[in-house]
Amino acid sequence: MQRKWEVRFSGTGGQGIIRSAVILAQAALYDGFDAVQSQSYGPESRGGSTKGEVVIDDEIIYYPKVNLPNLVVCLSQEAYKKYGADIRENGILIVDSSICKDDNKVPENVKVYEFPIIETAREEIQNELSANVLSLGIVTGLTEIVSEQSMIAALTETFKKNILESNLKAFALGLKIAQTAKN
Amino acid sequence: MTNNTINKIRLVQGNEACALGAIKAGATFYSGYPITPSTEVAEHIANKFPRIGRHFIQMEDEIASIGAAIGASTVGHKAFTATSGPGFSLMQELIGYAAIAEIPVVIINVMRAGPSTGLPTMPAAGDVQQARWGTHGDHSIIAISPNSVMETYYETINAFNLAEQYRTPVLLMMDEKVGHLRERFEEDEANEPVIMYRPAPKEGEKFVPYANVECGVPHILPLGKGERYHITGLTHGETGFYTAQPKAVSKFVGRLSDKIELNVDKIAKIEENYTDDAEVLVLSYGSSARSAHEAVKTLREQGHKVGMVRLITLWPFHDAKIAALCEGKKAVIVPEMNLGQMAREVQRVAKGVPVLPMCRVDGDLMTPDEIIAKVKEVL
Repeated sequence: MQRKWEVRFSGTGGQGIIRSAVILAQAALYDGFDAVQSQSYGPESRGGSTKGEVVIDDEIIYYPKVNLPNLVVCLSQEAYKKYGADIRENGILIVDSSICKDDNKVPENVKVYEFPIIETAREEIQNELSANVLSLGIVTGLTEIVSEQSMIAALTETFKKNILESNLKAFALGLKIAQTAKN
Repeated sequence: MTNNTINKIRLVQGNEACALGAIKAGATFYSGYPITPSTEVAEHIANKFPRIGRHFIQMEDEIASIGAAIGASTVGHKAFTATSGPGFSLMQELIGYAAIAEIPVVIINVMRAGPSTGLPTMPAAGDVQQARWGTHGDHSIIAISPNSVMETYYETINAFNLAEQYRTPVLLMMDEKVGHLRERFEEDEANEPVIMYRPAPKEGEKFVPYANVECGVPHILPLGKGERYHITGLTHGETGFYTAQPKAVSKFVGRLSDKIELNVDKIAKIEENYTDDAEVLVLSYGSSARSAHEAVKTLREQGHKVGMVRLITLWPFHDAKIAALCEGKKAVIVPEMNLGQMAREVQRVAKGVPVLPMCRVDGDLMTPDEIIAKVKEVL
């Protein structure tokens, strides 16, 4: 299994991008890894592009930021434009299908997955805001960064009871989508 | 993974760890005015304090915030406030007041890039000399710079302990990266932190509020609890009343400085890694020190004799210890997120050793690769 993961979630302010990073980091701690989550945002809290980063390692992490990520999730066109090409060799890029990638700027050896993340959240969960948790399901299903069990524990820790169920559903949907892509 | 470990391990943000540290230290009063990137400290305190019978007040600005904290401390509260650069500038005069009136208070400054409004959401270390000299007049000060979430927790407790022990304002100089970083939070149950309180007279002992005691720190009693005494920002004698008598003033101003500077061995924490056989030293603090540590670790793995020194305490600056650590080195490299503010201190004490500042003021953290490249230039 890959030892060190540098993960970058990107999208628009308000999409729960930083929350995704926090949940992944929490799950990684449960799995016994060291994890550091950092963020970068502008003075505005809605709109504008946002990134949430997580470094996961089985050794102590000193430098807390993502240097060059090996997993990138893009949930908006602007985020894709900014972060889509900034990815390590043989890395994984997960983008929402609504994003236009005609520019071919993604390095060739990067594995690109395209899923209707936002649309599925809107249609199946009746809530676009679940797109962040749905993408966590996809990340968990496609990679071995963290265990499903720890992710569920982290989600349960994060969400209040009244919204936990829909988020667990979004997570399960993400896992299913990833499984289909793998087969 | 068991349920038990899940309950113990938490992912906590630096600013929250600071709030948790303040609660653990026994802080009972917070007054503040929210400002990025320190706001989460206020948010957590506003949430927790009322539930445990402690006091949270949002003030109209930063001058009022530190004023209220100082006032609360005079009646016996362990009081604190949190801010960032612009607010820290506004607080300077009253930091001096707390220093001369010897009122314990803790000021959290989560540094962002300046000057003025600067880069509100990005880290810097541009206030570290302001911490030392921002308020006018001769005085000493204690300033601490943690570089991780767990250290923020323990050093916040330490900040309160030092404020109480030395009757002085203590500045916790975090930066945006440390304040907003989330990482593992796990208290060391085997080493419960010591919680200290201000020195009070023993039963029946005469109370002299500004006594020239040998240890430098006179007793203190809360106002309104039986003893009447005078507190002023003017130079004062042992009773607390104004004096311009040269001998008394000289003794008093000297004591304000000495009570901290002469205890530098007890106060200043300096972390050393791989220094024994090091030919080149990297000296850093705050979040830059995390990049530096990563860089030095990599250089050691490559077989280079490089050592790492981290200032946990910025002020008082330990002249003798830093001088000894620098002695005989080929060079000392000082990465920091300003234009060389602490490098000047190192240059002052490292006689005959080239001290090379390494500066970054664009709101981004220095990368380990930059530091590795700089070290390789001098190896």
